Amino acid sequence: MSAPRTPSRAMPPQDRAARPGNRPDRKGTAVSDYNFAYLDEQTKRMIRRALLKALAVPGYQVPFASREMPMPYGWGTGGVQVTAACLTPGDRLKVIDQGADDTTNAVSIRRFFQRTAGVAVTERTADATVIQTRHRIPEQPLTEAQILVYQVPIPEPLRFLEPRETETRKMHELEEYGLMHVKLYEDIARHGEIATSYAYPVKVEGRYVMDPSPIPKFDNPKLADNPAIQLFGAGRESRIYAVPPYSQVVSLDFEDHPFVASKADHDCDLCGASESYLDEVITDDRGSRMFVCSDTDFCNARQAAGHRGRLSAQEVA
Amino acid sequence: MNAPLTSPLAGGFADPARDAAHAFRAVLDAMARPGRIHAVSGGAAPGLSAAAATVLLTLTDATTALHLAGALDNDALRRWIAFHTGAPLAAAADAGFALGRWPDLQPVTRFRIGEPAFPDRSATLIVEVERLEPDGPRLTGPGIRDTARLSLPETAAFRANRALFPLGFDIILTCGDRLAALPRSTIVEDC
Ligand SMILES: [Zn+2]
Repeated sequence: MSAPRTPSRAMPPQDRAARPGNRPDRKGTAVSDYNFAYLDEQTKRMIRRALLKALAVPGYQVPFASREMPMPYGWGTGGVQVTAACLTPGDRLKVIDQGADDTTNAVSIRRFFQRTAGVAVTERTADATVIQTRHRIPEQPLTEAQILVYQVPIPEPLRFLEPRETETRKMHELEEYGLMHVKLYEDIARHGEIATSYAYPVKVEGRYVMDPSPIPKFDNPKLADNPAIQLFGAGRESRIYAVPPYSQVVSLDFEDHPFVASKADHDCDLCGASESYLDEVITDDRGSRMFVCSDTDFCNARQAAGHRGRLSAQEVA
Repeated sequence: MNAPLTSPLAGGFADPARDAAHAFRAVLDAMARPGRIHAVSGGAAPGLSAAAATVLLTLTDATTALHLAGALDNDALRRWIAFHTGAPLAAAADAGFALGRWPDLQPVTRFRIGEPAFPDRSATLIVEVERLEPDGPRLTGPGIRDTARLSLPETAAFRANRALFPLGFDIILTCGDRLAALPRSTIVEDC
């Protein structure tokens, strides 16, 4: 079955030696560093092995033994475990929640790794070496020096078509993706276009259909040919998957209804950007609204560089 | 714990969590970017390259069956592995990891290639090579922008392995303090 083997053997000496009580204090380091990045070494090794297999089979969901984390499911425990397995002391971590660095969720994950791994943190996309994200890909293009870790609630793109794990696994094995196309086509029949706008399914390297997590479909083109390593962690469902750099990632579509990476037909009201993904914000109880960049670092950087939007003057005044 | 290298007590990570974190990042990047060569450090085992010892410390433990091939199946290394990783030794067909020189690992068709529904249940071969340079056969595929080159011990076995995709074994090549990786997804061509 799909349930991964849970290690039951005694911890190897490497870990016993690393425990505070047994640790030879030859370097005078703090005893608290035995659980660098929170997870114990055996758990990190298990996640690391899963990450390597995920990279070797792009888009395939590797089962792993997800651990309890000191935060509730829905707070990105899968992403947190992947980040914990990847971080080194020299990393600079950025955490975003739907594009924003300052939500409760993003702040608490960032603090968690500051405390447990002692890593530096940043809100600037360009300065980060590891970026953990919930539901967005940063506007600024990523580089080879970066890892993007996605928090994934439901890793199985076929789940809404077929609730049984044994069946979806067989569908992936046999590349039976016809039902997925039928579903998308029903959208077209009903709405005149494909209505799915988040978690829009993709095919990776011509083989596995993958859920890109609930990013807006506007972000889908950034999955492809990306210089960064993209890793996906689903905590509650215990799955890890990956897209290696420069991979082919294609959004499912039809010849007569090609995929369109759509966004609101506005410019950002704060920085004037016309090419960024926008959030619609209600600004008063009379229903006034404004459009602002979902990526707060991108928007702040543009404003700092002097770019202005429709409502900037009022903000200042 | 300044035991001499002849002792099985020597050669582990001085700072296990941090040393493993650095080593894993190198292995992760190597597997993500086939052909790219990384330096690693921290491990030292009798008769092994520093890179191979470091990979063993980083990825194997009591839950991973390990196959030792050829001359590397010796008492000194067995003792080191038992002390530092606790990895149970296994026959080729049962191993999650295998360690050896390329000729000693033959025939590589003995190793696990995963199952159609679970291609991740496949072996990772840690191959000790005498030379590891960015030249030789041409690599293309996921993780490679245009093409890469890597001094592989041969090409036929890797082409046969690629033909099994998404099944197949994955390779970590080790030489001195350097390593590179060749996942099953990489297309290998003579040139
Ligand atoms: Zn903006």
